[in-house]
Amino acid sequence: MSVAGLSHRLGGRDILSDVDLVVPAGSFVVLLGPNGAGKTTLFSLLTRLYTARCGTIEIFGHDLARNPGKALALLGVVFQQRSVDPDLTARQNLAYHAALHGMPRGTARRRIEAELERVGLAAEADRKIRSFSGGELRRIEIVRALLHGPRLLLCDEATVGLDVRSRAAILSDVRDLVRERGIAVLWATHLIDEVEPEDATVILHRGRIRWQGRAGTMAADMGRGRLQDAFRSLTEEAA
Amino acid sequence: MITAGYLRCLRGIVVREMLRFVHQRSRFVAALVRPLVWLFIFAAGFRSVLGVSIIPPYETYILYEEYIVPGLVAMIQLFTGMQGSLSMVYDREVGSMRVLLTSPLPRWFLLVSKLLAVTVLSLPQVYVFQMIARLWGIEPPTLGYLTVLPALLLSGMMLGALGLLLSSMIRQLENFAGVMNFVIFPMFFASSALYPLWRIEEASPLLRDICAVNPFTYAVELIRFMLYVRIDFLSLGLVVAYGAAFLGAAILAYDPARGVVGRVRAAVDA
Repeated sequence: MSVAGLSHRLGGRDILSDVDLVVPAGSFVVLLGPNGAGKTTLFSLLTRLYTARCGTIEIFGHDLARNPGKALALLGVVFQQRSVDPDLTARQNLAYHAALHGMPRGTARRRIEAELERVGLAAEADRKIRSFSGGELRRIEIVRALLHGPRLLLCDEATVGLDVRSRAAILSDVRDLVRERGIAVLWATHLIDEVEPEDATVILHRGRIRWQGRAGTMAADMGRGRLQDAFRSLTEEAA
Repeated sequence: MITAGYLRCLRGIVVREMLRFVHQRSRFVAALVRPLVWLFIFAAGFRSVLGVSIIPPYETYILYEEYIVPGLVAMIQLFTGMQGSLSMVYDREVGSMRVLLTSPLPRWFLLVSKLLAVTVLSLPQVYVFQMIARLWGIEPPTLGYLTVLPALLLSGMMLGALGLLLSSMIRQLENFAGVMNFVIFPMFFASSALYPLWRIEEASPLLRDICAVNPFTYAVELIRFMLYVRIDFLSLGLVVAYGAAFLGAAILAYDPARGVVGRVRAAVDA
């Protein structure tokens, strides 16, 4: 996925300014920024919930504005806020998503079974979403995002509100997807402890990209001893 | 191949609406109780007060209960259409709307599918009501139950499209309740559902004019005529025209590039 010169204004305020970003195929890219950095707005533009008025977004060669159908078919999305119907069961929610992507019922059924099995929730398929814990809900949302076989997974603060153990499990699961299936992932977070030194990292603050590179080199680039200090200095300097 | 994908999507949206409906069984009961109260209590009480002369499609004098049944059928569809749009607002609040709008299929198709789902949902309610009305002695021609089906589909789509348009402008469920009151009741009362237009004109020519531009009037008349195996071409044309206008406006409103929200934001940004 490549984003070039993306800007967005909302309520008279610049939410994103001239954002350039590349997520290569099969890579794990962390979009790191404090709350209010513009991460969710960027995700809304990437998923066409908002229309980009300035700049371009290409997903595996498909321009999102000109060819939204082909571009969106290659995307899987885990939204920051819950986006499953609480009155339906996990299986019904997943089948609904599969239908929205035009998947044949048999294929959808097989994939739902396989993905639920993979995340250890096969036995819970017929439980109503309302009764799921926060961690289980997130796993269901990841399963849903993967059902149609996307090449790029967008995760917007996918671990927000979860305990440390659930956060680690979900992050580890998504990293495994990159290794095992070659899916590209854009992982938005405000938690620096979710970043590994070898991760390609983009620091977004106040709608602007402040730094891009391997997380392990950020501290040295900024003349700081620790990653946390480098991140703090990047977001404080810009404030 | 592409068509199959669209059909699967349509089926998925209809199934989801049906599942939600089944999980909220009280909705079915409420949808039936409302018109039945009008039929059993209001119409029975007003039978001796409100005489209805011979007007098409009726070929003889009829009881008031018989006159208001098509209006009550349309009332079921009006409520179902508005509840469908309420579910759009609910979907926005619980986040399911994002899942719908990030589907790779065109947004107009997703909205039309949603509309079809809402219309299909209204049909069993309408037919159960008509069966109860038949037991109460309201007996249109048996063939009418079949010929009225296209009218029900068209009027259901038109009223659902209006609800869809309203849902695009409403950001919170709380606000929707107010709009329901400002839309449903005026539409129902300022129409030919309860009284024929000539009677309304006797009371107030202005009110008659308001009824004559109310799309609900034409939904009622279309249903009334087709229930009696006749066609009112004016109502047919206007229901189709109003429906197309509401649907077109709703599709534009839900378009991220041209929608109502987008225009408001653009104005603010300027």
